[in-house]
Amino acid sequence: MDQVAGWLMMGGYGGFVWPAYGLAAAVLGGLAFQSWRRHRRSGAALARLQTPADMPRQ
Amino acid sequence: MRQSTVEKGAAMLTRFANPARFMRLSGATLPWLGGAAAGVLALGLVWSLAIAPPDYQQGETVRIMFIHVPAAWMALSVYLFVAVASAVALVSRHPLAEIAAQAAAPVGAAFTLVCLATGSLWGRPMWGAWWVWDARLTSVLVLLFLYVGYIALVNAFDDRSRGARAGSLLALVGIVNLPIIKFSVDWWNTLHQPASVVRLSGPSIALSLLMPLLVMAVGFGLLFGWLLLLRMRTLLNERKAEALRLHGQPAPPRHRPTGERGDAAMPAARPVLR
Amino acid sequence: MTRKRRRLLALGVGLSLLGAATAMVLVAFNDNLVFFYSPSDLAAKAIGPERRIRIGGLVEQQSLERHADGRGVGFRVTDGKTDISVVYVGLLPDLFREGQGVVAEGRLRPDGVFAATSVLAKHDEKYMPPEVADALKKAGRWQEGAGPDGKTAPVPALK
Repeated sequence: MDQVAGWLMMGGYGGFVWPAYGLAAAVLGGLAFQSWRRHRRSGAALARLQTPADMPRQ
Repeated sequence: MRQSTVEKGAAMLTRFANPARFMRLSGATLPWLGGAAAGVLALGLVWSLAIAPPDYQQGETVRIMFIHVPAAWMALSVYLFVAVASAVALVSRHPLAEIAAQAAAPVGAAFTLVCLATGSLWGRPMWGAWWVWDARLTSVLVLLFLYVGYIALVNAFDDRSRGARAGSLLALVGIVNLPIIKFSVDWWNTLHQPASVVRLSGPSIALSLLMPLLVMAVGFGLLFGWLLLLRMRTLLNERKAEALRLHGQPAPPRHRPTGERGDAAMPAARPVLR
Repeated sequence: MTRKRRRLLALGVGLSLLGAATAMVLVAFNDNLVFFYSPSDLAAKAIGPERRIRIGGLVEQQSLERHADGRGVGFRVTDGKTDISVVYVGLLPDLFREGQGVVAEGRLRPDGVFAATSVLAKHDEKYMPPEVADALKKAGRWQEGAGPDGKTAPVPALK
């Protein structure tokens, strides 16, 4: 337990080290999520547009 | 004159043939690239936060370096990528080049932001200041503005090709900032220290600290590759959907194209991309 | 000449001109791009006390003294050729110690002493674990801004 606490303290610099990693994760993770969601939506929208022409329902 | 028609013909072909091939290839690559990025980044994080030793002077704050420096490298190389893609887009008018530049720019801006923010969190405990206006910090801030300016300019025009061209020119003008950033610490007195890894006399950084740095750099590079392909595919999808909406729906009845040459004639009405 | 090649040429000429213009601007503004002066620069430039400036260099070994009030410090900043006395009242960064790089902002008093209002630490580009640093010192292969005894003495009492 003490080891974990010591690790989180980062020699007294935990207040700088952890926010740096958190911020990087938030910015890059946020961008990755946004890019992934937009990709999925764009693919779905395109598929909806293409379906009637491609496979005429009978 | 004859050469020009040949070139035009070739341009027409690649113009519509390549995006289709790109969609196919990128679709197959994407999961592997994403998996590799996630794996390498996970390894890099564990190494950076738990395995790497503290620095003899800076103690545990040196761990901030493992994201700060790779983010800075990516900020510079992604800008170079945007500028080169912009040059290709301006000269050869290849649509994939324009799309690559526009897909990469937000990723580069994000890396620049991470670089600046982590640098600030590192500078406060070590230097004693969140921010100083020295040549290195200021030129990296200018890089962020260049990214933001590029993104804004590309989206500022109703006519998309004009926006793309204006953005490409800005990206090319901004390339002068890259050597300034890299050499600012050598040309002028700065608070920021000189380069530790990419320098003529070899790295001035112990192997146990260099290894996690390089692993994180590879992870960031893979992440960029994944994001680039993902965002390029998104832009291609969106443009194709827009063309379909503009040119009527449902698409006019026509025979199924059999080859890429046939596709080239009527890109908007092509039924399936993949 | 094809249109494509014409565009390529225009781009090349434009970028070369841009590069040349940037280089000229940078050379012209060289003095303003410098974040701090070294003690030698300062001696050569004769800057009066009315200007706020920054000076940078290494904190000279054995030059650090705490003033009687417990908050003020005095030390000498050197670039190896020239050195200058600095007085400062306030908080010092964690990295501040003798032999360490430092950038101080303030005014040069008429008596030649630099009165700093802020002190920042400037570290070098070397990174290594503490054991490696100790081993290097023991082996006598320690150079950089260290004093003749090869030690960088931390000043924990100042924090």
